[in-house]
Amino acid sequence: MTRATSPAQPLVEAPDQSSRAKRSYTLLAGCVLAGLIFLLALVSLFWLPYATDDTSGGRLTGPATDHLLGTDKLGRDLFTQAMTGSRIAVEAGLGSVLIAAALGVTLGVLTAFAQGWLDDTLSAFLDILIAFPTLLLAMLIVAARSATLGSAVLAIGIAQSAVVARLVRILVKRVLAQDYITAARTSGTSWPRIVAGHVLPNIWPTLVVNLALQFGLAVLAEAGLSYLGLGAPPPSASWGRMLQEAQATFTTAPAGALAPGILLVLLVIGVNLIADGLRDTLDPATRRRRA
Amino acid sequence: MTLLDVRGLTVRTADGRTLVDDLSLSVAPGERLGVIGESGSGKSLTTLAVLGLLPEGMTATGSVELGGTQIVGASEKRLTGVRGRDAAIVFQEPLTALDPLMRVGRQIAGPLRQRRGLTGGALKRAVAEALEQVRLPEPGRIARAFPHEISGGQRQRVALAMALACEPKLLIADEPTTALDVSVQADMLALIDTLVRIREMAVLFVSHDLAVVAKVTDRALVMKDGRAVEEGTVDEIVRAPREEYTRTLVASARKLESALAPRSAR
Amino acid sequence: MTPAVEATTPVLELDDVALRYRGSTAPVLQDVSLAVAAGHSLALVGESGAGKTTLLRLLLGLARPTTGTVRFDGEALRLRDAKLMRRFRGSVQCVFQDPYSSLDPRRRVGATVAEPLRSLGIDSRRTAAPKVAEALERVGLPADAARRYPHEFSGGQRQRIAIARATVCDPRVLLADEPVSALDVTTRVKVVDLLAELQQERGLTIVMVSHDLSVVASLCERTAVLERGRIVEQGDTAQVLGDPAHTYTRRLVDSVPRLPV
Repeated sequence: MTRATSPAQPLVEAPDQSSRAKRSYTLLAGCVLAGLIFLLALVSLFWLPYATDDTSGGRLTGPATDHLLGTDKLGRDLFTQAMTGSRIAVEAGLGSVLIAAALGVTLGVLTAFAQGWLDDTLSAFLDILIAFPTLLLAMLIVAARSATLGSAVLAIGIAQSAVVARLVRILVKRVLAQDYITAARTSGTSWPRIVAGHVLPNIWPTLVVNLALQFGLAVLAEAGLSYLGLGAPPPSASWGRMLQEAQATFTTAPAGALAPGILLVLLVIGVNLIADGLRDTLDPATRRRRA
Repeated sequence: MTLLDVRGLTVRTADGRTLVDDLSLSVAPGERLGVIGESGSGKSLTTLAVLGLLPEGMTATGSVELGGTQIVGASEKRLTGVRGRDAAIVFQEPLTALDPLMRVGRQIAGPLRQRRGLTGGALKRAVAEALEQVRLPEPGRIARAFPHEISGGQRQRVALAMALACEPKLLIADEPTTALDVSVQADMLALIDTLVRIREMAVLFVSHDLAVVAKVTDRALVMKDGRAVEEGTVDEIVRAPREEYTRTLVASARKLESALAPRSAR
Repeated sequence: MTPAVEATTPVLELDDVALRYRGSTAPVLQDVSLAVAAGHSLALVGESGAGKTTLLRLLLGLARPTTGTVRFDGEALRLRDAKLMRRFRGSVQCVFQDPYSSLDPRRRVGATVAEPLRSLGIDSRRTAAPKVAEALERVGLPADAARRYPHEFSGGQRQRIAIARATVCDPRVLLADEPVSALDVTTRVKVVDLLAELQQERGLTIVMVSHDLSVVASLCERTAVLERGRIVEQGDTAQVLGDPAHTYTRRLVDSVPRLPV
């Protein structure tokens, strides 16, 4: 038997550290992309190139110096619409996620603590809510109230809260099984204090990442609903509505559809990148290794 | 001829920490070697390196020759050929070593079909035999059970049966009894001892527990911080440890044992 | 009834306790009676499934027996009696087996150790600090440990942190659930020594659940052997482990692997 010459392998260039660096680039890239949209949304609150109902620009002009993205079929400035659309998208994302977080965390924590029949009932309720189509929920809410951004956000928020609740339930159960919870109990810590002091801090990182993802989904859902006419009513220009209005003239004047489409993609990719980047930056163990 | 020949094995993490440092050991066919070390000593990584199973991001340098095959730097295809045929491993926690969603019988059948080309009735008989030889009661019932449906001791026996199924020349056992109750541990150690003797297999037995290692092997290597501290017969190591670290280790074990020993001697 | 037994009331006592989980036919514990005398140490020995953990939960006031009584200082333990439970929690503390699961990874060690003081309303954050420092020092940890996170410590150090938490409020009883079985042999000896020291210097009553007979033998005066939810044998540790009366105990003792002489 001849001995194979030992194939001394060169050490791989610390991929661990470079991947960590990559992660912080991910976060940065995400912040830049999403930040761009947030900036547009913020500026739209104070300044717009044209009024939203200004139809003086001529119809479907195409990009020019006075109308950066051109005008739509009614002569309204597309850039103005894209800006108000950004505002609506951000509002929709934040509003839905706030509702989803508030409702979802409360429900999730409650179901994690529930036992026996109560646990079964609450779980079944969540499963139904998850299976219930957001579209149908939105139609019901619009029927009960009216077609506004608020109705759309409420529908999306409620639908997402079920998903968040189920995640929170699993996360809380996992934390409750830890010995430090038993230690807290034998130290006389009350349940509310255990939830606030041990459970929430420990589920927080995973929750935040998930909520960032939900933000992206909410933005998409709002665009979908307003495309169907279930979102903010005219003249407020949501991206979904812009897409819908530009659909007929897409071949002749593509800017009307491309602008909201691209902005939508940028925002969703942006928040997803942020979610990715957040994943480890929130862990004290990785924080230490970085230092 | 040696069955396992490790020369200057060094395992490093991606960020350059050395976890196993210039380790050399050899096991002849039919020989039993114990590796003793505490957590972080690199003993488990050594066993993984022997089978080319190091976790991602870790790199091995040096030479590990198993049954004439160079493991360090070998292709995955080559390694698959070696694993099972030349060496098989039993881990500490049988629950993680077994697929939770597959019935025990099918898990044992896998390697038997692959290695020995058995099918149909022959395969079924081989599975039953494999379960019987590790002294599992009601092999029929166990074969149909899922891993979570049997006890920890039974799971470890199943894992042992899987490791032995392909009749490897070397059995690697990494803390195989640490997760078990004392009385179950005693049975398991006796079982490993007998089965290995019958098959004239070599054993690389890894544990933090000197007394457990002493039950199975006659030669042992003490590891600390990735390095070999001392090597010799178990008797030598226990009776006349040469190195400071080994002395501490033996003294600690003795101290705990002494609390029990004089009283039970009465 | 001998006067010697009558003289002191046991700190913790189980009186003919049985526990059966909802929906299961076989009880986890049955006919269990035992008493923990103040200042003495008791080991509960048995293998997995013997009911050790359940017994511990009863002694910790985390579960209620199906029948029978748990007594604390001679008084029946009522889990809903907030005042009694507060006194109980301040007197009975616990150290767990897994030093990784028993410390909240997102809390600084100082806050973890201070938890009993804060939760029992004994101290504010400020007044707790010196007691925490003292407790950490007592278990042999550096003073700056309080500002660090659990992941910066080894398994043995983490177990010391857990012991500091369990002793910071000056309890009378320390329940320990396999306190050293997750540790290396050398660390194990040190932690056993620490527990013995606490027991002697502070007159701590220790109740330890363990399957490790050598640890039991080095730490506890009395031993109760548990098999399938019943106590099969109890008495002085030397007697029980040295000359087992029950076959199960004998099998346990004989199973302990020993070093070649």
